[in-house]
Amino acid sequence: MQSTEHIVLPEGSLEKLTTTLNLGPTHPATHGVFQNILEMDGERIQKATSTVGYIHRAFEKIAERRPLYQITPLTDRLNYCSSPINNMGWHLTCEKLLGVETPKRVDYLRIIIMELARISDHLICNSIVGVDSGAFSGFLYLMQYRELIYEIYEEVCGSRLTTNIGRIGGFERNFTNTAFEKLEKFLKEYPVQLKEFENLFLRNRIFMGRTIGCGPISAERALNYGFTGPNLRAAGVDYDVRVHTPYSSYQDFEFTVPVGSTGDCYDRFLVRNEEMWQSLSIINQAYKKVQEFKGTEADIFHADVPAYYLPEKKDVYTKMEALIYHFKIIMGETEIPAGEVYSSVEGANGELGFYLISDGGRTPYRLHFRRPCFIYYQAYPEITKGSMLSDAIITMSSLNLIAGELDA
Amino acid sequence: MSLTNEIIKQRLVEKFGDQLTDWVEPYGMLTFTAPKDQNLKVLQFLFDDAELRFQFLTDLQAVHYPAKKGEELAVVYHLHNLVDNVRIRFKVFADVTKPDVFSATAIYQSANWMERETYDFFGVNFVGHPNLIRVLNVDEMDYFPMRKEFPMEEQTRVDKDDAMFGR
Repeated sequence: MQSTEHIVLPEGSLEKLTTTLNLGPTHPATHGVFQNILEMDGERIQKATSTVGYIHRAFEKIAERRPLYQITPLTDRLNYCSSPINNMGWHLTCEKLLGVETPKRVDYLRIIIMELARISDHLICNSIVGVDSGAFSGFLYLMQYRELIYEIYEEVCGSRLTTNIGRIGGFERNFTNTAFEKLEKFLKEYPVQLKEFENLFLRNRIFMGRTIGCGPISAERALNYGFTGPNLRAAGVDYDVRVHTPYSSYQDFEFTVPVGSTGDCYDRFLVRNEEMWQSLSIINQAYKKVQEFKGTEADIFHADVPAYYLPEKKDVYTKMEALIYHFKIIMGETEIPAGEVYSSVEGANGELGFYLISDGGRTPYRLHFRRPCFIYYQAYPEITKGSMLSDAIITMSSLNLIAGELDA
Repeated sequence: MSLTNEIIKQRLVEKFGDQLTDWVEPYGMLTFTAPKDQNLKVLQFLFDDAELRFQFLTDLQAVHYPAKKGEELAVVYHLHNLVDNVRIRFKVFADVTKPDVFSATAIYQSANWMERETYDFFGVNFVGHPNLIRVLNVDEMDYFPMRKEFPMEEQTRVDKDDAMFGR
C-alpha cells in the first residue's frame, strides 16, 4: 500500500550547509556504547554533541541498599578493563571509613594486582589506538599478554574480567605458588613483547603522522575540564594520586611519573606506554618485597578484622566465632560507623574517587563514584572541533573511554 | 605542603565571616557549609585567592536528606589544590520544593556534566547552566530517581518484617 502523502523535510534542512552524521551508539569504531551527533562540513567536524547513558545501571542507587561487601561487584563493572583497581579502591574506601590498618604484605600484594590491572588497561588502549590508525598487528601481539594477566587474576580470585578481587582488609586467600609462577612468567615475557610493540609504533612515520597534533588539549583546559590520569599527564600536569596521596604503601616504591607536553594522541600514547614500564618496575619491586616475608609472615594475606573480613570457609564449619561473623557479614547485619569519607585511587583513566556517606546503618546512605571518564569526556566536542572524522575516532580511543565507567 | 586546614579556615572566615558554618574535619578533609546564594562567591574566592588556589573541581554531587525540612538537598563540592595537595569539601543546602542553586560552569568547565548528572538524579536546578538536561537517564523521565522517596526494597534494614530471619 503506497502512501499518498509527500515526505515533509524538517524546517531549515534545505538551507543547511552541514551534514548531520550519527556516530554511534553502536558504531564499531567507538569501542563502546556512546553516540555522537556530528555536524560535518565535508570531512571536518563542525560540532559534536555527545549522548551518554546507554548502559546506565543505577549503581549508586543499588549501592544504597547493599552491605559493603556486596558493592564490590558493582565497582567491577565501572572500568571493566581494569576492574581490580576499582575493587581495591572500594576496599580502601571502606577501610578508611572503618579504620582498618592493612599489613604491609597485603599492601604489596594489592599493588602487584593493581599495577597488573593498569598494564592490562593501558595495553588495550594503546593497541586500540594502533588499530584505529590502521595498524592491527600490534593489537594482536599485546592481547596475548593480557591473557597472562587474566590467568594471574584467575589464580588469585577465580575470575577474569569482573574480578571481585579481595575483601575489606585483604584478600580472600593467599597467593598460591602457581600465582607467583605465572607472575614471574609474565614479568619475564611481557617486557620483550612491549619492546617489540614500541619498535612497531614509537618512531613509525605513519603512526606519528596520524597521531601528532591529533586531539590536543592544553594543560589549563585539561585542568578546567577535570582531566586526571594519563590524559592530564599527557597535557603536562604531573598529577598522580599514587604520588600525591599515597595509598596502599605506594610511598615505599620508586617510580617516575611520565609527563607529556602537547596533550595530543601521540603524547597520550607515549605516557601510557611509559606507565606500563613503570608499572612493570613497581611490580618487580613489590614482588621482591613480598618474597622477603618468610615463615608465618608469608601467610599474612588479610588484616585481623573479624567483624568485616569474611572468615575462611573451613573456620566457618569448625569455629563458633567464625560462624557468627560469617552470618553477620553475609546477611548484611554489620553496622557501618557513621561518617563521610572521600577516598581516591589512581585508576587506569585517572582519579577514581569514592564518596561514601554512612548514617550508621548497615548500608551506605549515599555513595558516589567519581568516574574520571565521565568527567573528561565533556571535552570531546572541544578537542575534536575542526578535525577530520578519522582523527576524531583516534581521539576517542586515545582518551580511553570506557562505557561502563562513563555511565555507572 | 604549607597550606593547612587552619589557614584555609582562617582565610575563609576573614572573607565570609560567620556565613560559613558547620566546620568539621572528617578523616582530615576540611568540610563546611555555605549559604545557598553564596556558593559561587565561595568557589570564586577559593579559585582566585593567591594562597588558597583551589582550582580543580574533583567532584560535585548531591545528597538527599528528607528529614531536614527546608534544606533537603545538599550539593557537595570537592575541591583540590593541586599545588599544595590539599582537598576541601563544602556543601550548600537547598529546599526540595525550590532547589535553585547557582551553576559553577562559568568557573569550571567540568561542572557542566556533573551538574547535569546532579540535576538528572536529584532535580537540583542549576541556575545559569548552559544546557541543563538529563545526561544518563532518558529524557522522558518525570522523576528524580536518587531521591530517597523512590525506595528500593531494603534487604538489610532492621525495619523489615521477615519472620524467617527475625529482621
